[in-house]
Amino acid sequence: MEQNLLPSILVGAFVGLASGYLGSLMVLRKMSLVGDALSHVALPGLALGIIFNFNPFLGAFAALFVSIIFIWTIENKTKLSTETLVGIFFTLSLAIGLIITPEPELLEALFGDISETSALDVAIAVILSLFAIFVVHRIYNKLVLGTISDDLAKSVGTKTKKIDFIFLMIVALIVALGIKVVGTLLMGALVIIPAAASKNLSRNLSNYAGFSAFIGLVSSVVGIYFASVIEFSPGPAVVLASAAIFFISLIFKKD
Amino acid sequence: MDDDKILKVKDLSVSFGDFNVFHDISFEVKRGEAVAIVGPNGSGKSVLFRAILNFIPYSGKVEWTKNIKIGYVPQKLFIDANFPISVNDFFSFKTKSKQAIIEALNSVGITGNEEHLQHHILSKKLGALSGGQFQRIMIAWAIINKPDILLFDEPTSGIDVGGEETIYNLLHKLQTQNKLSLVLISHDLNIVYHYADKVMCLNKEMICFGEPHVVLDPTSLSKLYGGEAKFYSHEH
Repeated sequence: MEQNLLPSILVGAFVGLASGYLGSLMVLRKMSLVGDALSHVALPGLALGIIFNFNPFLGAFAALFVSIIFIWTIENKTKLSTETLVGIFFTLSLAIGLIITPEPELLEALFGDISETSALDVAIAVILSLFAIFVVHRIYNKLVLGTISDDLAKSVGTKTKKIDFIFLMIVALIVALGIKVVGTLLMGALVIIPAAASKNLSRNLSNYAGFSAFIGLVSSVVGIYFASVIEFSPGPAVVLASAAIFFISLIFKKD
Repeated sequence: MDDDKILKVKDLSVSFGDFNVFHDISFEVKRGEAVAIVGPNGSGKSVLFRAILNFIPYSGKVEWTKNIKIGYVPQKLFIDANFPISVNDFFSFKTKSKQAIIEALNSVGITGNEEHLQHHILSKKLGALSGGQFQRIMIAWAIINKPDILLFDEPTSGIDVGGEETIYNLLHKLQTQNKLSLVLISHDLNIVYHYADKVMCLNKEMICFGEPHVVLDPTSLSKLYGGEAKFYSHEH
């Protein structure tokens, strides 16, 4: 167990960092539950990967990619309320995923498992996490301005639809990666809780984004470490660690 | 285009699907001129702004003078008090120059040295500002790159009556000092009489356009508001 810990902690640290950073925007944009719903969509993709013996991460990402095109199209092409449609579509995906995922792998898919982490997994997680942070960093301010007012962002020449789409794609990437760490059921927590905690502690954007990323990293590392010590599943342990940080942040809440 | 005309709009129409918002609007704005747009709720005033700013599809012609710089203040933004953004962050979306920020703050009547402004304004959360302060910050934000024209959707929504007049005085001062053109959407006809060089009455179509004292006659007003006086005192 001890020898295996370094690769899992590395994966957790980088994915936690990226999830916290992206989560800061998702919370501002009131997309918290989108992250949660998206992670459910990943399940059928993951299951297909297991059944047909290709990398489940690819399956998850492909399923997320398709569903993001779907949400984006509904949002832009119709006047329908996305909430209900998304709710139906996503719970349906979860149901299908639950049925087709082979029983032995189901628990792993639902709650994550990074006890078996190869060097390739580490490399993929580190590179993609850094890529996600880099891309989002470049559009962070524009996304925030677009959140305050879409028209205001357009008035300074921002192509708001384009950056929204890029952001959703990066969210899909991080959700697909995060599933390995905390599983499809708990991925929402990895993006929401660090940002919610950081919001309590921040008065400006750079603090907020920075703390959120840092809390994502710390909760992953602490969670994975303690899970291995007490031989507990890492996914729930990561969520417990981030929730603990959230409750501590309430004490220091800045108005 | 003539040198003194900075915006020419011809036969502008906007529809959302089958719903026609307004049709065949034509008008011009000259340099340094203040134009007010009046009309009841749902008459298409904000949509007109969004069309001439090219945010939404339209038919007709919108012609801006070359290399024009446009400042825009949208209708009542609501910023959650917990939104973790400082006034400084908000300005940083537009400029990295501290000097430019301080100049813009000074010209909207928020004065003091850099340290004072940093402490009392720039480090504050955007959502923690009072309604009047927030509107001033929005104007400062819009004029920071010294625009030729400022489009302002309902300058006084969310401001008490005392603050209302000062916002107009401020806009008027900016207009005369910087030769800034203003296009304002307003509900308040008193303000229009007082500050606007021209007024456009809009209700699905252009009912009048010209100097307020000339064109705002009882006929066009009753056509505009359907003869109901209650619109005159409309407040948000």
